[in-house]
Amino acid sequence: MALLRVESVSKHFGGLEALKDVSFSLHEGQVKALIGPNGAGKTTLFNLISGIDRPTSGHVFFRDKDLGRLSPHVASRLGVGRTFQHSKVFDDMSVLDNVKVGRYARGHAGIFSAFLTMPRHRREETAVADASLRTLRRVGLGDRAHESAGNLPVGDRHLLEIARSLASEPTILLLDEPAAGLNNEETAQLAEIVRRVRDDGVTILLVEHDMGFVMDISDEVVVLDYGKKIAEGPPLMIRNDPEVIKAYLGEDL
Amino acid sequence: MPILAFLRRHVWYIAFSIVILSAPLFTGNIYYLSILAFMATRLMIVLGLNLLMGQAGQISLGHAAFAGIGAYGSAIMTTRWSMDPWLAMLLSAVLAAAVAGLIGVPTLKLKGHYLAMATLGFGEIVYILLVQLKWLTNGTDGIGGIPSLTIGSIDFGNAQMFHWLVWGVALLMLRISLNLVDSRVGRSLRGLHRAEIAAMSLGVNTSFRKVQVLMVSAVFASIAGSFYVHYVHYVSPVSYTIIFSVILVTTVVIGGLGNVWGAVWGSALMILLPEYLKRYNQDYTQLVFGVMLILTMIFLPGGLVSFRTLVAKVRERFRGSRAGPVTGPEPRGGS
Repeated sequence: MALLRVESVSKHFGGLEALKDVSFSLHEGQVKALIGPNGAGKTTLFNLISGIDRPTSGHVFFRDKDLGRLSPHVASRLGVGRTFQHSKVFDDMSVLDNVKVGRYARGHAGIFSAFLTMPRHRREETAVADASLRTLRRVGLGDRAHESAGNLPVGDRHLLEIARSLASEPTILLLDEPAAGLNNEETAQLAEIVRRVRDDGVTILLVEHDMGFVMDISDEVVVLDYGKKIAEGPPLMIRNDPEVIKAYLGEDL
Repeated sequence: MPILAFLRRHVWYIAFSIVILSAPLFTGNIYYLSILAFMATRLMIVLGLNLLMGQAGQISLGHAAFAGIGAYGSAIMTTRWSMDPWLAMLLSAVLAAAVAGLIGVPTLKLKGHYLAMATLGFGEIVYILLVQLKWLTNGTDGIGGIPSLTIGSIDFGNAQMFHWLVWGVALLMLRISLNLVDSRVGRSLRGLHRAEIAAMSLGVNTSFRKVQVLMVSAVFASIAGSFYVHYVHYVSPVSYTIIFSVILVTTVVIGGLGNVWGAVWGSALMILLPEYLKRYNQDYTQLVFGVMLILTMIFLPGGLVSFRTLVAKVRERFRGSRAGPVTGPEPRGGS
């Protein structure tokens, strides 16, 4: 059975139809890309899947849970992790502390055990620090753990967001334009990291404009245009689909 | 050597505790001890407000009212209903927490400074009630004859004994505030302050955490109010106006927003300075506070505790830009 099922989802903002009857599904271990021109509704769809927004109609099922009715923090605890198109790194916290916040959903210490630093709390803190450092090493930021996150260059900020999300041990990871602002070398490094994450058993849904990157790492691609799904299939098929070419390059081609 | 490591980790806290707790051994002067006692109760309120503002990024403009709930709760329950002072203190704190929850639940779900607006109104309402509910609060005349705190045969009406009691509690609050900052909950508060959506997507129930820290800060303020009235044996509404709420916010900012030790520096300065200015002209106090607030925000945005960063910056300017900017996160005072 599919891990994530988007079932005839529509989303209206006032008179604007951001998504129109979109359906697709995502299987465990897949890397799926969501592409389309600006304003096609990609980020809107991400917000519906991560519980930040509610669909006007239709459903988003994660296993048997309807994500459209849940809050973001509940979606996160169920195993939906995400990064953001416009970096939402916690700037004046250290890189390590950023990842430790990512570990939140896997922790238990409440406010009173924090007040009293009970032994159980201290053990959890040690475990959190270890796990967070391990996660940072997975994306190659291990030696920047104690720097201020605000000092990181763009590429590393994307990686930090990925690490922060991975720290919550998601089943499915939503990446919103992870390659934006990266040079070729950094993009290749990112592709390597995404592949490694997939090999560790995380299912990935990503939004990306860098077609080289998308074609390189995705098993399947979904194309949105003006809120409608116009194509779905393996990268090679998408690349030669006349509908897709028209959407991207205009009628005249 | 775990003991050595423990000592090193908490060196500032231990040093501060020793200095402050040994004060009564050197002076029996009631005036000095009173100033220190007021510093302790002020510190309690400011610690809570510092957690709310500095960690969770929410502003309360009505914290005087939470202190007022503690002060009047203790005063009314002990003088009118002859209740045990400790029980009265506890019940007042529970009431303050409940009221904070009632204000926090609707306002903290929303983004933006709705809490500031709501607490501003709440502070005014509490002040008006304190003045108008004469049958209960005695209006502007206030309530006198509030008993001292006692434990068995120990009477905390004695200034030295009270010093140890009130500072013991203040130091405990300082300790648990420091602990909170360096924990799962503390990090989640700082995270939601920077980027709330991101914190939510990482599993943080942000509205719950914000309401929780507001309630904690209300309890801190209420307990401070209770200790205060058991020391001065009298309470009147003028102590709990909007002006006091503003002074509290000023204290947090001047001391250092988001740094627990900032609460200590801020409280010390804001208690000592008016005492000093009083010798010349009391009217200058508000003016000096205002000017200090502006200067702090321009030159020392991290507050008094970030003084070292300022020194480093100045030194660097004199040395030329050779050395490069100061990097790394601000010290948070996690020890």
